Amino acid sequence: MAEVLVYVDHVDGAVRKPTLELLTLARRIGDPVAVHLGAGADSAAATLAEYGAVKVLAADAPEFADYLVVPKVDALQAAYEAVSPAAVLVPSSAEGKEIAARLALRIGAGIITDAVDLEAGDSGPVATQSVFAAAFTTRSRVTKGTPVITVKPNSAAPEAAPAAGQVEQLPVTFGEKSTGTKVVSRTPRESTGRPELTEAAIVVSGGRGVNGAENFSVIENLADALGAAVGASRAAVDAGWYPHTHQVGQTGKSVSPQLYIAAGISGAIQHRAGMQTSKTIVAVNKDEEAPIFDLVDYGVVGDLFEVLPKLTEEVKARKG
Amino acid sequence: MSLRIVVCVKYVPDATGDRHFADDLTVDREDVDGLLSELDEYAVEQALQIAEGRRQGGDDAEVTVLTVGPEDAKDALRKALSMGADKAVHVEDDDLHGTDVIGTSLVLAKAVEKTGYDLVVCGMASTDGTMGVLPALLSERLGVPQVTLLSEVSVEDGKVTGRRDGDAATEQLEAALPAVVSVTDQSGEARYPSFKGIMAAKKKPVQSLDLDDLDIDADEVGLGGSWTKVDDAAERPARTAGTIVKDEGEGAKQLAEFLAGQKFI
Ligand SMILES: Cc1cc2nc3c(=O)[nH]c(=O)nc-3n(C[C@H](O)[C@H](O)[C@H](O)COP(=O)(O)OP(=O)(O)OC[C@H]3O[C@@H](n4cnc5c(N)ncnc54)[C@H](O)[C@@H]3O)c2cc1C
Ligand SMILES: Nc1ncnc2c1ncn2[C@@H]1O[C@H](COP(=O)(O)O)[C@@H](O)[C@H]1O
Repeated sequence: MAEVLVYVDHVDGAVRKPTLELLTLARRIGDPVAVHLGAGADSAAATLAEYGAVKVLAADAPEFADYLVVPKVDALQAAYEAVSPAAVLVPSSAEGKEIAARLALRIGAGIITDAVDLEAGDSGPVATQSVFAAAFTTRSRVTKGTPVITVKPNSAAPEAAPAAGQVEQLPVTFGEKSTGTKVVSRTPRESTGRPELTEAAIVVSGGRGVNGAENFSVIENLADALGAAVGASRAAVDAGWYPHTHQVGQTGKSVSPQLYIAAGISGAIQHRAGMQTSKTIVAVNKDEEAPIFDLVDYGVVGDLFEVLPKLTEEVKARKG
Repeated sequence: MSLRIVVCVKYVPDATGDRHFADDLTVDREDVDGLLSELDEYAVEQALQIAEGRRQGGDDAEVTVLTVGPEDAKDALRKALSMGADKAVHVEDDDLHGTDVIGTSLVLAKAVEKTGYDLVVCGMASTDGTMGVLPALLSERLGVPQVTLLSEVSVEDGKVTGRRDGDAATEQLEAALPAVVSVTDQSGEARYPSFKGIMAAKKKPVQSLDLDDLDIDADEVGLGGSWTKVDDAAERPARTAGTIVKDEGEGAKQLAEFLAGQKFI
């Protein structure tokens, strides 16, 4: 069977969930070969093998952390040349998309970004995308070269399918352009202890209606009762009430959880772009005309400061 | 030496309007209201600020705005000129219809080279395609560093530096010019064109280029030269109308019932 390269997103060998989804999708097309760059390949290998990696190509070098994007492209290209895969799959993070695009150009291949599903087709993988703020669903193919496809988080449920997952060292020669952009310093983001926004099964988001940074605890308390991640609209982020990393929407994160709860959010098209594909949508808003109500499975017209605290108590009581 | 800045701006269908596909499954750009992509306004703003900074320091700078797009894309150039850019380049050719991002990056790279540049500034993503990969592709094609997705940018001593707020970390980046930069919507509000700016824009030069001018063959671009193909596009079925209740004290309880029924609690 043909092999499919899967670019591994990890933190020092701790494999992030979107990669497990990618491995699961890759198996529909061929045998996944994982590409692990940076430290921790040995500890990642067990997880990668459990989810179907027949092989793990590993490379570690200071260049990956010290310079932006290009060293990783050099390495992924080396893996591509070593394996001659049927497709290359990369997680749809900002960096993942940049790596994928540069690789595609180098190998003379077409690129599809932000796929939300992937199937094998008669003439190569068929990618489903959600476009125009999720108003349309398209199905596309790469028609030239080895398909390079980036896939959004939450596009498939990870399924274990144990495979060998042997670690092999990948020799990489860095091109002269690889050191063009220096990473002068890096400050890792502090963990909130809550689930990752793009990976969470439940997201509770607050908007302008939350009316102040100090009030965001109302959102956080409900999120914690539900075991959810916290999101925010751009209005809330621009006002400085919540960090930009939590913004949901066109210029923030796209989320597609099982349950999305929007509180004090009107539902502008740019916000919808990032949450419209959620399975179940709930809104609490005091304006019954708010466009968010066009999307909901369940809506409460009311004051979020009344409804949310009570709901938090209900959830806690029912969960015991 | 004058700092030559080229800003890539895209003319896109209005997101608040009715966006759809044409019969050939390309984005319909004929039948809809278009405008300068809001995310590219941030790129114009940063370019203008860099240029202004240079001029204040007694150096020279020139900001050229560049678009690849249909006839109406001139509107996007006009807006950028009225914000304060010095001149514009419009690449327009019937054979460009349906070009994908790989092809667009070829056209932009050739146009940027023809114009002459020290710094290319892009938006973080176009609001229609939302791929956010063009700046990286331009960097690859031009063989110059990419310093992308910056929420803060400055240019000094032949270097560009900036802050990239990534998923896992905040990074401080640095590269020598020439370079390709992209800026996010966190980089700072874009200015509104002043009346004076709008009047002045009418007199600023807009150069038109076609594929011949850029030595690009028609089969390298357009729908035929595209390396990807859309097989079908379907409107997402409207969500079935949900239940909406008015909170008269029982809203939270009712919502909890619903969530329990759906097995969320
Ligand atoms: C290029 C571009 C990109 C953008 N990207 C994004 C993006 O990524 N994400 C994003 O979110 N937006 C984005 N926006 C902005 C978007 O257009 C809206 O301005 C924004 O989503 C509005 O946020 P909001 O719903 O919180 O605020 P508003 O639209 O002001 O809505 C606030 C809502 O809260 C309700 N409310 C007030 N008080 C209460 C209360 N006590 N209880 C209950 N309800 C209450 C009000 O009835 C109202 O409906 C973008 C815009 C542009 C132009
Ligand atoms: N047709 C175009 N003309 C000029 N600039 C463009 C064009 N398409 C994309 N760009 C630039 O590339 C950025 C990213 O676009 P994209 O990768 O298509 O999301 C945009 O914000 C623009 O700065």
